[in-house]
Amino acid sequence: MSREADEIAGAEAEIEEDFALFDDVRDKIEYIIDLGRDLESLPDELKTEGNRVRGCQSQVWLVAELDPATRRMALRADSDAVIVKGLISLVLRLYGGRTPEAITASTPAVFERVGLGKMLTPGRANGLYSMIERVRQLAQAYATAETTA
Amino acid sequence: MSDTATIEPRTKAPAFDVGAIRAEFPILATEMQGRPLVYLDSAASTQKPKAVIDALAHVYAADYANIHRGIYDLSQRASALHDEARHKVQRFIKAQDWREIVFTRNATEAINLVAQCFTAPDLRAGDEILVTEMEHHANIVPWQMIAEAKGAKVVPAPVTEVGELDLEAFERLIGPKTRMIAVVWVSNVLGTVNPVAEIVALAKARGVPVLIDAAQAVQHLPVDVQALDADFIVFSAHKLYGPSGVGVLWGKAAHLDAMPPYQGGGDMIERVSFSGTTWNEIPFKFEAGTPDIAGIIALGAAIDFVESIGIEAIARHEAELLAYGTRAIQQVPGLRLIGTAHEKASVLTFTLEGAHPQDIGMLLDLDGIAIRTGHHCAMPLHERFGLNASARASFGIYNTTDDIDALTRSLHRAAGMFQ
Repeated sequence: MSREADEIAGAEAEIEEDFALFDDVRDKIEYIIDLGRDLESLPDELKTEGNRVRGCQSQVWLVAELDPATRRMALRADSDAVIVKGLISLVLRLYGGRTPEAITASTPAVFERVGLGKMLTPGRANGLYSMIERVRQLAQAYATAETTA
Repeated sequence: MSDTATIEPRTKAPAFDVGAIRAEFPILATEMQGRPLVYLDSAASTQKPKAVIDALAHVYAADYANIHRGIYDLSQRASALHDEARHKVQRFIKAQDWREIVFTRNATEAINLVAQCFTAPDLRAGDEILVTEMEHHANIVPWQMIAEAKGAKVVPAPVTEVGELDLEAFERLIGPKTRMIAVVWVSNVLGTVNPVAEIVALAKARGVPVLIDAAQAVQHLPVDVQALDADFIVFSAHKLYGPSGVGVLWGKAAHLDAMPPYQGGGDMIERVSFSGTTWNEIPFKFEAGTPDIAGIIALGAAIDFVESIGIEAIARHEAELLAYGTRAIQQVPGLRLIGTAHEKASVLTFTLEGAHPQDIGMLLDLDGIAIRTGHHCAMPLHERFGLNASARASFGIYNTTDDIDALTRSLHRAAGMFQ
């Protein structure tokens, strides 16, 4: 396993440890709400139509930037719904600062393992699925651009 | 029987027993997220009573064949049940003639049918179609589509701060270019019951045809299409305790007769030849292809069910719930009620300070409470109130004050978490 893939696995393990503290879904949601409150907001000028992730009932914006020197993808995201923002915070912990290849090689199975699998169903209005899809698409685009460059 | 039963006047309607009604709805005994289901999303779709579920199953188990063309007994039985359902709809909305009842897939399709076949053929550039700001997208987009094709425009009449139609402004907007008026009877977001009789009178005085979207009306209040005298009325079975997949278009026979067909296919023709095809009579002219036979029959069962309780009794029960619910949820800190019209039915739409409607919906889901969050297919209306989204609890025949208490408790808890 590459070092970058290890980093995602490490973040997954940390998230699993955090969620192991709660048995009740309500407690998990309260924790996600706390994460949402703690996540830094995006400046308004980045909340553009182009950065908006479709398929969410609330508004979600996601900005990705690849550092050409380190080949790591910086991610910033925001939502006007607190629970969604908390889910975003988890997505950023998993994928923020990873390489596009590591992102496309991973699966978001950790959400299943911490009991949030239901939130990952396509078409669920919470947008977690759409958000992860967008991150993977952006990573794929960067990865393709690198190989064809 | 007790002695008191004998002295009751015979005309008195049976008491409204919500416990007995709930027992007719199997889904209400189920759980959601491990909690007893509190279903407060009837404005999106109502749950189904056993009578409807049984009717659907029974058609397929005992009375099913394709209708209208079979010479054998089974097909004729299915045809008879299907025809009977049309007569039940006729009776339910007090239509003069069963031929004025067209079955569609839903209310949306019924509006599209009128837009395409009644309004579009004579629509010219510069013409106007008058709607209101409180329309469901189903009563906006079909008109926009034909307007765009012809260079006409869709004009929205304004809604006041409390969520009522500004009737004076509405009247002023009926101009020489107005070709069609399409108005919702009961708003799916605000719950506002619009003064449809006055609206129809205003339209008639200027010779403009009117379509009334009754999707949120037929399940809550008595409908008499002859007394109302609109040109078209549409509704869906699935909001009237019937199955999904069936809608109703009522239109005046003279209009329906004069209109071209909507779709081509079987059943809508009189005679087909490659040199030319002639249309069947109304309503069959508008019912191309095999319909939802079982669904239509089950709609008949839903109407029987509603009539057995009585629409007036249902309206009274729901009015009590609405009054109780309005008082109760307004005690929740930071809650803003959207839509406080004087005439209102069965809907509580709100926002909660510090929480996105989606946050509220997700928390209530954990408590087993089903409400709707989002724009409820009424984005222009949300824009008018400066909102992206809202949360909506809506009531039906089977809801109780216990349901509202559960809602209020959860909202208090949500308010505590988000504020």
